[in-house]
Amino acid sequence: MMNSLHRCCQRSALLLHVARRCWSSSSASPPPLHTRLLLFLTQRFYDVEMLLSWRSQLTRNQLQKKNAYYGYTQRFYGLDIASAYFILSLKGGFRFAGQSEWFYADQKGKFSWDFLNHKDTPLEEVDMSYTVINYRGLCNLESQRSLRTLKLRGCPEVDDWFLARLHVFQDSLEELDISHCPRITTGGLAALRNLKGLKRLDVSSLPGISSPGLVIILLEEMLPQCQITATGYDYNLNEAEGEEEEEHMQRQR
Amino acid sequence: MSAWRRLRVKLRSVPGFLVSIRPTQRHTSPYGRLTLCRSLSTGSHLRNEFFKDLEAQLAAFRKKAADALPGSSWSPLQINPNLPPERADIVIVGGGVVGWSIAYWLKQKEMVRGGVRVVVVEKDPTYSQASTVLSAGGIRQQFSLLENIHLSLASADFMRNINEHLGLLNEDPVDLQFNQSGYLFLANEEVAHIMEENYSTQRYAGAKVSLLSPTQLKQKFPWVNTDGVVLASYGLENEGWFDPWTLLNAFRRKAISMGVIQCYGEVTDFKCTTNVLRTSSGDTVDLKRIGSVKVQMPNSLEYQPVECAIVVNAAGAFSGKLTEMLGIGSGPKDSIAGIPLPVEPRKRYVYVVHCPDGPGLDTPFLIDYSGVYFRREGLGGNYIAGVSPEEAEEPDTSNLEVDHQFFEERVWPGLAHRVPAFEKLKVTSAWAGFYDYNTFDQNGIIGIHPLINNMYLATGFSGHGLQHSPAVGRAVAELILDGNFKTIDLSNFSFRRILTQEPMLEKNIV
Repeated sequence: MMNSLHRCCQRSALLLHVARRCWSSSSASPPPLHTRLLLFLTQRFYDVEMLLSWRSQLTRNQLQKKNAYYGYTQRFYGLDIASAYFILSLKGGFRFAGQSEWFYADQKGKFSWDFLNHKDTPLEEVDMSYTVINYRGLCNLESQRSLRTLKLRGCPEVDDWFLARLHVFQDSLEELDISHCPRITTGGLAALRNLKGLKRLDVSSLPGISSPGLVIILLEEMLPQCQITATGYDYNLNEAEGEEEEEHMQRQR
Repeated sequence: MSAWRRLRVKLRSVPGFLVSIRPTQRHTSPYGRLTLCRSLSTGSHLRNEFFKDLEAQLAAFRKKAADALPGSSWSPLQINPNLPPERADIVIVGGGVVGWSIAYWLKQKEMVRGGVRVVVVEKDPTYSQASTVLSAGGIRQQFSLLENIHLSLASADFMRNINEHLGLLNEDPVDLQFNQSGYLFLANEEVAHIMEENYSTQRYAGAKVSLLSPTQLKQKFPWVNTDGVVLASYGLENEGWFDPWTLLNAFRRKAISMGVIQCYGEVTDFKCTTNVLRTSSGDTVDLKRIGSVKVQMPNSLEYQPVECAIVVNAAGAFSGKLTEMLGIGSGPKDSIAGIPLPVEPRKRYVYVVHCPDGPGLDTPFLIDYSGVYFRREGLGGNYIAGVSPEEAEEPDTSNLEVDHQFFEERVWPGLAHRVPAFEKLKVTSAWAGFYDYNTFDQNGIIGIHPLINNMYLATGFSGHGLQHSPAVGRAVAELILDGNFKTIDLSNFSFRRILTQEPMLEKNIV
């Protein structure tokens, strides 16, 4: 329990760092000084532009390497061990079907190799919260057709295309947690249509969806047997804020 | 005395003016608030304006001095800045999504910075008649031709990684608003076998499609009336719809940042050199080579001849007119020069309807075997619907006026039959757009024209241009820069099939 809390704190730091990555000027606060200086230089010098594009290319390449297809592992150890190894390399956790203990990797990435003892046992529950799994990495999990629980809380690379690919688990998936994922939008939530066996869905605090109240209602209509948890949204009407501002201005006059 | 005081106050308010001023008493009004009294004398008013003008005049003086010095680009002959450059390597005629996609990929594939000079010429800066922005914006892999399926898969891959391709360092990430809802095709008894064949082709090519029986269909989508439906084909992944204007602007922004020159003007003429060859049977063949393109500025008689090496015809619905300027189609009937480019504009209507009890978030892009289609638009119970008209009742293409009678006669009955909830709906809006309709076989024409050595065609997609645009752009860039197709082999889409009269027809159910 303490172990998972500690991991959550580490993951939130990672999330903040990753979220600051895109230098959009529409974000709440202006970017810090060194970022603004780099942007200024990028617009004037080809070299700076090239260096910065190389840097972003490098981070992308590293991400894709982490999410590569574990072909050799699959060939030598089988599909289930390959999926398990992939999850542990990305610092996630899983539980085999028929077993009750969870296999986790700690913050440094170290994990015990006991999972190798369970050959040819499919995975039942997978916890990839706060990892950098993306669409490409999902190909390593596609073989687990009896997956029941998938936790993707706070994953910065999980987007709509990832959700659309979850259709491979349409028969078996019962619980899905995609809260706090910054890249999911309403279009991706429409893809959850295919998960007909879904019983519990957590869509709390998704910053990407524009009108959360309406979307949650439509989701509930779309998945009637599913219990949907959606906390962390501010359902206050915007008109209330406008009225407060008017009162404030009148008092000033 | 008070006039002096007022003057001193005015002088003090001018910044940077060095005058030692004793602190004067400010006027206070009976209400306890400070007011600076306005003087009515004209002397200080003019002096104030002089100082305000001084800054502007100093700036103008600096600019004039910089222009006079050597190294500046000032010339006494005022040139219109909107004219295209006098020489370019590749001129892309047509600034729609296909044209800008080709421009982006040309710049992406050039080996050195500034390797090819690309100019994109677009006739209408408002894009009021362009097919791109008037499209319903769907993408699907459910075709019967392998090339089309591969083009759609590649385009979906591109859109998934769109920020990797079209992202700029100092701009917001591109948000296509892609709805991953999939396409749903419904087939009756007569066409069910075609659907099954297509399904196996699509699975072979790697598209994620599933077949549904009527009971499964009813279970998945309870609002559908499965009357007459024998088989349904549902796309699970990489299918849906998105915002075409965002894609166009993303391509445009990235291409311009890589050095593509955008020009608003109309191509009115070509200057070619003709090589007259004689065949073995004694007939002459004119092989043309375009030397320069005459670009006329909008609403003006001004024009600029652009010398170019290669011209790409991505003009969409108006590509036929462009090739007519070169004499294609006006030769003797039984020669190659007598075969015109079989692309013409066809008008299609799109109606926006509002139905409060309609299907919810999971509505796919439903296409019925009768040709009626609809998809969800937004979250407020709005839908976009339409139908392809029969050959006999093709509407007039001289304008983009909408025929509302068409909705009542052709679209609404089909909609209401397929989805009973649509019996109560209200048409809120409608628009019309052109298909660049290929009258020969309704598939794209990609490749060099046999009689014009340096004109590449990328047109005639008949409604699929938007969804294939990233992959087609890459294919044309490969043709131009590498000489041949490298990723997807589209040699079956060349102009040759029109010469040999071998149509590549889509065996679709609609």
